[in-house]
Amino acid sequence: MHELLNYQGILFAGAWLTLQVALLSLLLALTLGLLGALAKLSHSTCLKGIATLYTTIIRGIPDLILMLLIFFGGQMLINDLSYNLNEWLNQFVTRFDPAHEWYSFLPDYIDISPYFAGIMTIGFIFGAYMAETFRGAYLSVEKGQLEAATAYGMSKYKIFVRVMFPQMMRHALPGIGNNWLVLLKTTSLVSIIGLQDMVKIAGDASGSTQQPFTFYFAVALIFLLFTSISTTFLKWAERKYTIKTR
Amino acid sequence: MNLPTLSIKNLHKSFADHEVLKGIDLEARKGDVISILGASGSGKSTLLRCVNLLETPTSGEIRVNGELIEMKQDKKRGAIPASIKQVERIRSRLAMVFQGFNLWSHMTVLENVIEAPVHVLGVPKKEAIVKAEAILQRVGLYERKGYYPGQLSGGQQQRVAIARALAVEPEVMLFDEPTSALDPELVGDVLNVMRGLAEEGRTMLVVTHEMAFARDVSNKVLFLHQGLVEEEGKPEVIFENPSSERFKQFISSVY
Repeated sequence: MHELLNYQGILFAGAWLTLQVALLSLLLALTLGLLGALAKLSHSTCLKGIATLYTTIIRGIPDLILMLLIFFGGQMLINDLSYNLNEWLNQFVTRFDPAHEWYSFLPDYIDISPYFAGIMTIGFIFGAYMAETFRGAYLSVEKGQLEAATAYGMSKYKIFVRVMFPQMMRHALPGIGNNWLVLLKTTSLVSIIGLQDMVKIAGDASGSTQQPFTFYFAVALIFLLFTSISTTFLKWAERKYTIKTR
Repeated sequence: MNLPTLSIKNLHKSFADHEVLKGIDLEARKGDVISILGASGSGKSTLLRCVNLLETPTSGEIRVNGELIEMKQDKKRGAIPASIKQVERIRSRLAMVFQGFNLWSHMTVLENVIEAPVHVLGVPKKEAIVKAEAILQRVGLYERKGYYPGQLSGGQQQRVAIARALAVEPEVMLFDEPTSALDPELVGDVLNVMRGLAEEGRTMLVVTHEMAFARDVSNKVLFLHQGLVEEEGKPEVIFENPSSERFKQFISSVY
């Protein structure tokens, strides 16, 4: 217990980081999910294909593998790209100005922070799950509701904002809630790529204090706190979006 | 100027290779109440839904207050509206009452009634509320303005739907079998409201199975059969003296 108090400051900082990663990933996941769902439901074969590829690949590969692939692979990809662009730009300039000296137009080496990579990866993964949630919700809105909006002269955009969205949220919320809880817990994976989130801190602390149980138990409690608060909020949101009947 | 409020010329509509409407002409002048009768599958609902382009006609002309709804040909989809903006504007002047009510279930009664005036026509909210309350008063549902559609009976919902239609001060009101989904004891209230609208000179197109309404309230009746107008005229004439054998059969089968 004494050890825990020594570490409480950085543990809370880690918890705060976990929360940030989770919330920002959620924002990205919701955006990608909505776009993915709209693409899947669109008439364009191309958009449908891209969205299906996205959800199939992401949902078929373990989160941990994806995170490592995106963190390491993404870093390599960006740096290769930046290197090649630099080369190309320099060659291009040299053609017009033979006296040109090699200059780094783009940074030589881009270091993706674990923070950014974590958010991107988790957002990207959960976007695929959200896309399915939104697609199902979209399809469960009664056709007559949209038809009435059309008949009263609403534009497609208005129909989405005024009728489609509020009605699909009711169907989407339970799914969003589930995805959020899983997402929140998935953030523990970012410790693998070196982010100082609370799981990483607990790991480091248990290493130096030889009290793994204390620290992991504390982390478990913090996760439980986060998920309990989420559940309460979700219940409130579901109530807000329910359709009142007698 | 005495332009018809609504004029339809040689309207055709096919679904895939099945032709549902085979050339319909219809003219509604201000204050006309036109009942459209016909067996199921005769194309009467499709006709009504073509008027506000919920279904896109395959060919033919529709004019609202003389304004032609412009169509163009699309390689893949056939005839489509040339300007969706024009269609949206015209739709906002034609209010529709559906068989299944289709009230927006996430909005209260009052919110349903002010939705189109505020969010489509741009009426200030306060103004829209004052007017909506007066309309709800008139259909007898002012006390229920804070209820959600799911908390009302079918008849009440349909009267709210009529209030929603009235709130946009439509040129033409389109009724698509407004009483068919109602329990028999609730039909009367809805028909009474519609009768009141007819008396105050609203222009109405009513697809219905209510013979009494067609005979007593409308000033013109259209009988559709297999996508064509089989019989049309003033109700007192065609109900007394039907010239078409099919319409004769239809009347006797309904009574």
